[in-house]
Amino acid sequence: MMEIMEGSHAVAEAVKQCRPEVIAAYPITPQTHIVEALADMVADCSLDCEYITVESEFSALSACLGASAAGSRVYSATTSQGLALMFEVCYNVAGMRLPIVMSIVNRSLGAPLSIWNDQQDSISLRDSGWLQYYAEDNQEATDLHYIAYKVAEDHNILLPAFVCFDGFILSHTYEPVDMITQEQADRYLPAFKPYQKLDCRDPISFGMYATPDYYLEFRYEIDQAMKRSAAVFEKAGKEFFEMFGRDYRSPVEEYRLDDADTAIVAMGSICGTVKDAIDEMRDAGKKVGLLKIRTFRPFPSAEVKSALSGVSRVAVLDKNISLGAKGAVALEIKDALYGSQVPVLDYIIALGGRDVRRKDIREVVSNAEAGIGDLFYGLRTEVL
Amino acid sequence: MTYQEWFREDRLPHIYCTGCGNGTVINCTLMAVDEMGWKKEDTAFISGIGCSSRAPGYIVTDSLHTTHGRALAFATGVKLGNPDLHVVVFTGDGDLAAIGGNHFIHACRRNIDLTVVCMNNQIYGMTGGQGSPTTPMGALSTTTPYGSAEPAFDLCELAMAAGANYVSRWTSYHVKELTRAVLTGMQTPGLSFIEALVQCPTNYGRRNKFKQVLDQVEFMRSHTVLIQKLKRMEEQGEKFPDPVIPVGEFVRRNRPALGVKV
Repeated sequence: MMEIMEGSHAVAEAVKQCRPEVIAAYPITPQTHIVEALADMVADCSLDCEYITVESEFSALSACLGASAAGSRVYSATTSQGLALMFEVCYNVAGMRLPIVMSIVNRSLGAPLSIWNDQQDSISLRDSGWLQYYAEDNQEATDLHYIAYKVAEDHNILLPAFVCFDGFILSHTYEPVDMITQEQADRYLPAFKPYQKLDCRDPISFGMYATPDYYLEFRYEIDQAMKRSAAVFEKAGKEFFEMFGRDYRSPVEEYRLDDADTAIVAMGSICGTVKDAIDEMRDAGKKVGLLKIRTFRPFPSAEVKSALSGVSRVAVLDKNISLGAKGAVALEIKDALYGSQVPVLDYIIALGGRDVRRKDIREVVSNAEAGIGDLFYGLRTEVL
Repeated sequence: MTYQEWFREDRLPHIYCTGCGNGTVINCTLMAVDEMGWKKEDTAFISGIGCSSRAPGYIVTDSLHTTHGRALAFATGVKLGNPDLHVVVFTGDGDLAAIGGNHFIHACRRNIDLTVVCMNNQIYGMTGGQGSPTTPMGALSTTTPYGSAEPAFDLCELAMAAGANYVSRWTSYHVKELTRAVLTGMQTPGLSFIEALVQCPTNYGRRNKFKQVLDQVEFMRSHTVLIQKLKRMEEQGEKFPDPVIPVGEFVRRNRPALGVKV
């Protein structure tokens, strides 16, 4: 049913329909609305779940790890500094192959302190072994949660997943969202069947020492599962499409890219603005298209290569920066296109919540056409 | 010099809600600083994250606005890096007792020479009113919509048990007592912990039957009893307010302290 909902509340509703058995979370802007809504549901008995008001994000994910190891479907949500504090536990969750799903309401990292949006937080956990899915709008943010559980819990995968969507821009914005019903959700996502769990009758140990003889192999297996997850995502997307008509089958989404000279590559809510700017530029005779990255981990190199092979130039919008190198998305695109002659230009943009309008996208495209790139877009040199 | 001269007027207006008690605590602290005769160039204010932690931003001296819960760890570094500095920490219940609880007990255990002023509003105010470790049993918050089911921390008992040299509790109603407590804390070598209960009309009061700001202030006036008096009342079987908030000086002692110049 189509409803006008705040992004956070739509996500909370979707999480409720996924029937988590344990939720542990800590307040942090702009994530808090999600877990507040879930706390209400638990208190009202409309969600049968343990809700733990822990004392920090570190404890939140640690409690989730324990609950997941004990065989429960588990959920948490955080952002920015909270995710940074979870860093150690994130690696452990992935290493123990526990399929926890966590919403990351993207926000910049301090210092200086900023509560506004960019994607530095989840990008900084790029190498942790968590699947990373990015949503453009609240509908996608909502739907990706069902899909994330399905992929994460697949016994061939068993990896945790971030569902990332932009703080405030999506989380605090009211948009029409088509919610599926609980019955549909149950049909799409059956009850969690743990592959293995803590069980006194059949004892196992999680997270023990791996000597140099074994550690490498553990990392290899995570990497292999990550790679296998691409096909499982496609399958889960296909099933979702067949049941509900919304299409998330591909790890990338192309917009007017077929005959484009300039391809913009971006992730998250900025894609909406880019699409509007592209329509305007197309009307003015400029052949511009968008390649939206939906799954950043695993990175869809083959799809990217195939989608961008015909363009004259690529302009990457990075809402993050690997300081001392480039934006994380640009590095991946360059890697995917290695050996081709297509120039890839990087634009570090919208950090710390700096607004991006259609005219900014037009300017980025003009810059790219002139071969000017690899820069911080919109830098206010007068305050440096 | 007066305490007003410690304010950074260019940073005003402040972000605190109408009726918030934090401003009172900042004033009391600055009055104590002024009374101590500390100079701006010798004094540093350190804070973590939350409403309380915005305070150093409004004060003219050097300050570190650090990560959530870690103010005491950063302050430990500042004090040991330059023991000549007078170091004051502004923190809150969520910052100090939840995410920073570990740093709190260890700073008290080391008894490092800091003045720690905790604005305890019994809720996560800045993020919109979630239950904190000092939310009283039964109190409403956005994460405890039918009342908190967990017991609250007594921060003063915690600081005392962990080893702080000076511990006292007052409220934003008790302006003179609070100022004197902060002053005594500053005069006492070692870790001084001053808990200041504050009203939070926006996120605590309106959910917990304090319709007006003054209702919560009145509650703090009428439910506080001096520790010594409370002990006497208990011994003699006298009636005291329920719930009761013991206030006053919990401990002043002279355990060996870290960061004190001999």
